[in-house]
Amino acid sequence: MSEFSKPVIEYGQLWPLLVIFGVACAGVLVEAFAPRALRARTQTWLSLAGLTAAFVGVVVIGTGLSDNDGWRGGIVMEGALAVDGPTVFLWGLLLLISAAGVLLFAERKLEAGVSAFAGQAAALPGTEAEREASTQGLDHTEVFPLMMFAVAGMMMFTSANDLLTMFVGLEVLSLPLYLLSGLARRRRLLSQEAALKYFLLGAFSSGFFIYGIALVYGYSGSMNFAGINEAIANSTGNRGLLLAGMGLLAVGMLFKVGAAPFQAWTPDVYQGAPTAVTAFMSAATKVAAFGALMRLFYVAFGSERWSWVPLLWVVAILTMLVGSVLAIAQSDVKRMLAYSAIAHTGFLLTGVLGARSSGVLGEGAITSTQAVLFYLVTYAFTTLGAFAVVSLVRDGSGESTHLSRWAGLGKVSPVVAGVFALFLLSMAGIPLTAGFTGKWAVFASAMSAGAWPVVLVAVLSSAIAAFFYLRVIVLMYFSDPVGPGPSVTLPSALTTSAIALGVAATVVLGIVPGPVLDLAGAMGAFVR
Amino acid sequence: MNTEPYIVLSAILFTIGCIGVLVRRNAIVVFMCVELMLNASNLALVTFAKANGNLEGQVAAFFVMVVAAAEVVVGLAIIMTIFRTRRSASVDDASLLKY
Repeated sequence: MSEFSKPVIEYGQLWPLLVIFGVACAGVLVEAFAPRALRARTQTWLSLAGLTAAFVGVVVIGTGLSDNDGWRGGIVMEGALAVDGPTVFLWGLLLLISAAGVLLFAERKLEAGVSAFAGQAAALPGTEAEREASTQGLDHTEVFPLMMFAVAGMMMFTSANDLLTMFVGLEVLSLPLYLLSGLARRRRLLSQEAALKYFLLGAFSSGFFIYGIALVYGYSGSMNFAGINEAIANSTGNRGLLLAGMGLLAVGMLFKVGAAPFQAWTPDVYQGAPTAVTAFMSAATKVAAFGALMRLFYVAFGSERWSWVPLLWVVAILTMLVGSVLAIAQSDVKRMLAYSAIAHTGFLLTGVLGARSSGVLGEGAITSTQAVLFYLVTYAFTTLGAFAVVSLVRDGSGESTHLSRWAGLGKVSPVVAGVFALFLLSMAGIPLTAGFTGKWAVFASAMSAGAWPVVLVAVLSSAIAAFFYLRVIVLMYFSDPVGPGPSVTLPSALTTSAIALGVAATVVLGIVPGPVLDLAGAMGAFVR
Repeated sequence: MNTEPYIVLSAILFTIGCIGVLVRRNAIVVFMCVELMLNASNLALVTFAKANGNLEGQVAAFFVMVVAAAEVVVGLAIIMTIFRTRRSASVDDASLLKY
């Protein structure tokens, strides 16, 4: 019988994560004990306070790491989590996105005094119970704790350093998002359908993920990334198990990031979910999933690069083409942005392909980790802002997301149309916007690794994508409104500040990308 | 102990679950098939734990059970809502979102 030893928990490096978990639990208590009238305000302030405290923690940990041994960080919690440069960077980014997400969730002016979430999710659509819930002005303020749990899961997912922690993080981030997708106030059938599809497909993919874990564990005898890497380097065990396990893990991961051929859920869920939730999850899920994907493939399977890089080549090419070609055929704004998100997943995968050992890189060259981290920043704020703008264009039945209703928006509201045009230009990768510098970084990284066919397809699909982005801009500015035309509801300061954050990030990162790019570079590689 | 039969059994169960998800139409049955996939993974995890001679796989199996239970809570809630709205749990009927 081996002796039982007490585990060492590095609270000093983990407390931002624990704060978010604590805020989520406190949010559940607020739901139970606070009077209904106070709940929405209490939840908003509690979430924002928690996110701010955690962000301060991330900054403190980040600066602390740079002192010893140049941004390395280390493995904590007995090997379960890794707090290193990329972790700190992604944590900070996730917290900023979530703060903007809280602002969007708290918006009450657009629906004239109530939030965008169902008054009572249990009341059936179109019944007396639903009408009663809406006359009483009921609200599901549980969305805030659900979101905090999702954020905590995302932070855990990006920093997971063994397969089991990664799986738990994946589920903790996914389960609240399934629920949030189904809670729209308007168009509830669409929203419920989105939740069902997201849930069934998400559960299916996590089945693949966990079987992949079992097989990789069977190969290496260890759940720990370092242990797996060692087993691969010593090439012990049955290689068939490793390849099958790696493939199944890749299926689970690529589903989460929304890469082809596992992209089918993305348009349906992005369209059906409440727009505030879409804005939050399109940005945050992608950040979290790419952080975890890079850590898994670079740290655990780094020595097996020759097996997975060709796979990612094919997936990246397919994803970019599927995303940009199918987006052309869309007539719904949210669906078009969803396909554009798929195309962006492809661009991000192009950056992941640039993986090389640091020895062969020239001085000052962009590493793939740096390129992907930077692209995530540019993409996250742009997509968050774009979906926030979508929530402003409304008619009597809620948001009018059909593209024909957006014709002539430039004449009705030049500011909203201008902001949306800026986001679209950034997604298309026009110079002087964040999207251009992001694309340039990932393409440069992939080029230096010799993945020129992928970069060629990426440039080609950027051109295809530019077509449908510009089509919307032309529609907004040079078409006459059909019928009564689009109308823009003025938002409160909450949504306005979320959009302003998106605009500021898009413009600043487009004109002076240097500081953030350097920061991403200074974060160094994933710690082993 | 020869562990191979257990791995083969778990692979068979996983495949049955996977095919079930793809061909069945009732959301509850689809969900049961997902649970079958998770249980197949559990069998593989404990078998590999035995083969590798460490406990990590067994601990993981416990976590998978907990996660599966949490997934049931969320999943059945969603399926119940959509069943009450549409009077049907068929995944073919929910088809407003397409193309």
